[in-house]
Amino acid sequence: MDLLKWSKRPAADVEARKPEVNIVRGLIARATTPLLPDDYLHLVNPLWSARELRGRVVEVVRETEDTATVTIRTGWGFPASYKAGQYVGIGLQVGGRWHWRSYSLTSIGDTSDKTIAITVKANPDGFLSTHLVDGVSPGTIIRLAAPKGDFHLPEPLPDSALFLTAGSGITPVMAMLRSLRSRDTVPDIVHVHSAPTRDDVIFLEELEKMDADVLSYDLQLQLTREHGKFDLDQLDAAVPDWRDRQCWACGPVAMLDTVEERYAEEGLRDQLHIERFAIARTDHGGEGGTVTFSKSGKTVEIDGATTLLEAGEEQGIQMPFGCRMGICQTCVVPLAGGYVRDLRSGEERREGERIQTCISSVSGECTLDL
Amino acid sequence: MAITDIDRYAHLTEADIDALGAELDAIRRDIEESRGQRDARYIRRTITVQRSLAAGGRLALMFSNRKSAWIAGTAMLSLAKIIENMELGHNVMHGQWDWMNDPEVHSSSWEWDTTCPSVQWKHSHNFVHHKYTNVVGMDDDVGYGILRVTRDQPWEWWMVGNPVYNLTLGTFFEYGVALHHLETEKLRKKEKSYRQAAKDLRIIGRKVGKQAAKDYLIFPALAGANWKPTIAANFTANIVRNYWAYMVIFCGHFPDGAEKFTVEEYENEDQPRWYLRQMLGSANFRAGPLMRFMSGNLSHQIEHHLFPDLPSNRYEEIGVRVRQLCDKYDLPYTTGSLAHQYFQSFRTIAKLAVPNGMLKATSDDAPETASELRFAVREGMANHFGVDPETGKRRGLRTALRELKNAPVQSAA
Repeated sequence: MDLLKWSKRPAADVEARKPEVNIVRGLIARATTPLLPDDYLHLVNPLWSARELRGRVVEVVRETEDTATVTIRTGWGFPASYKAGQYVGIGLQVGGRWHWRSYSLTSIGDTSDKTIAITVKANPDGFLSTHLVDGVSPGTIIRLAAPKGDFHLPEPLPDSALFLTAGSGITPVMAMLRSLRSRDTVPDIVHVHSAPTRDDVIFLEELEKMDADVLSYDLQLQLTREHGKFDLDQLDAAVPDWRDRQCWACGPVAMLDTVEERYAEEGLRDQLHIERFAIARTDHGGEGGTVTFSKSGKTVEIDGATTLLEAGEEQGIQMPFGCRMGICQTCVVPLAGGYVRDLRSGEERREGERIQTCISSVSGECTLDL
Repeated sequence: MAITDIDRYAHLTEADIDALGAELDAIRRDIEESRGQRDARYIRRTITVQRSLAAGGRLALMFSNRKSAWIAGTAMLSLAKIIENMELGHNVMHGQWDWMNDPEVHSSSWEWDTTCPSVQWKHSHNFVHHKYTNVVGMDDDVGYGILRVTRDQPWEWWMVGNPVYNLTLGTFFEYGVALHHLETEKLRKKEKSYRQAAKDLRIIGRKVGKQAAKDYLIFPALAGANWKPTIAANFTANIVRNYWAYMVIFCGHFPDGAEKFTVEEYENEDQPRWYLRQMLGSANFRAGPLMRFMSGNLSHQIEHHLFPDLPSNRYEEIGVRVRQLCDKYDLPYTTGSLAHQYFQSFRTIAKLAVPNGMLKATSDDAPETASELRFAVREGMANHFGVDPETGKRRGLRTALRELKNAPVQSAA
């Protein structure tokens, strides 16, 4: 047993689909030390490394004018299965620099073909999303982070569900729908989806086909340019039994805030599952100021809208990160000194507290041990 | 006594030094802003070349009973070890490539292919050596605790072995670097406890074990019947790398003109003066593209010391701008051929085996160290300060040094 542990030791931090692989990897690493065999092999085939998860872009297919589905072949170490609704970290090298964002998986995670898919909306101010939609060509090697997230359907499935989505917020829900369809067990679902026009509805054809084919699935499109925004007061008329349903909601911050408020008022907060796509930084800007990264010996001035994570990465500091939207807690570090502000809640945090760098900005000055 | 008043030594006014600092800051900004695709490709290719050489060398040594295979394998492995330690390991650990945000090529995660543990190196080299460069008593790299490289270091009887220690260090440089973090000088002065040193040694021991097992156990075993020539080849490659790394580093720090500084100087220093200390304290050697690459661009030791965390492939272009600044401020830019720089380093080390009383020059005016007093002992030298009213050219340190050389004066004592 100890011998087994000894064999694996150099590969202890490597994600392997099968644990036995790390025995081989660990043994070979005795000859490649201080590197792993992967560090040599990925020079032969970029996907042959599990030190950092890698993928190759297979194709980019337009869904609407500003969205595209990117299919990616995954390399060694990428988990064989994940839950429909989870998101994945994508790293793309642009101008020599790796940029990271998280996107919902629109593939369903129980196939064995080693490909995943994400659907990305090109955000005018989203540097990476624009690149993924317009600029990434098949064959490009990207980096991946293992799928994460709690926004997925429970096991066993609820008897009835309500999906409230808007815009590109449909992506994790699409994965759930596809997963349910492939298992042939679609519970009673009402799906209210908002988009400006029909042309802007991502997966329109597939949704309408499902609406027609599957009896227990009811799609209600709210075309906001024609009919205005979906008002939650409409719910009683549109979905009379909404209070009995588990609800999954994903969309813009403002919409999620109203939904959350309403559910809280009705005392139904436990029934609501939310995926936030972006952090709302407009309402609660920090004051900005000086950030000191003590281990790296770097100091930088930032404004109140720049997150500590962005500031650190700009300085080339290896910042831990995951979802980059305040969900996953991967980026949490203790605040070694000073004050920061949570850009979502506006709360101020002080020395000694553990903070999420992806949603915090400096308030005056602060120090991180990074 | 080494330099205490760096302004006076450099023949610069307060305003000059601030302006020089601003110009060096501008170089840094320009390079930082222009880092991109081209640089990323450079480091990726370097990694590919290095790993291919390593793999090729190890493979060739499987057939090391044949002389040609032995030579080819040893050569490839030596090159691989040199490139890994110098252009990759040393530079990546300086954070030169951190801007890429690549977790695999990052100062926080890189472990280099030598017996010195990265975590200790980043402290004793990046921090102690690069911050306190050439400050006698603060920078452990002034003699590494075992050599006398400037007459500012008080002589002790055991230093008669200076040239022997020097060659031994060169041969087993890898282990010298590994033991560097023990800080033998601090141990002698009882500023560091033996318990702490034992802790450091355990970490070093683990890395030494892994490295030695690879070269002297695992690959010989894989070579089967050829285990003996494989051991010999791996040993040779390690020694070749040791000598080369030692040469490059000694040529960057110990030729004549690489000045030393006092603690007092350090204590009264700001960023522009820190730059100035780095410029006056380091030495380059002349190199073409291949030599530059093989030295990890440390043929540009001056540029490296000014900007330790800018990508090494940019040192050549930075060097052009630094030389222009040296011309503008009439400052020396210490450089020479590799052989010339090594000869001067060796001469200093050999000479310093004997106590100062047996040496001619004082520590105010010696080849390896000097102070602002070197000019004061000469009557009229103050005239060289400032701008020549006739030619409009600055008469500064470089001119003063040249004249001192042409008309040496007897030391005051």
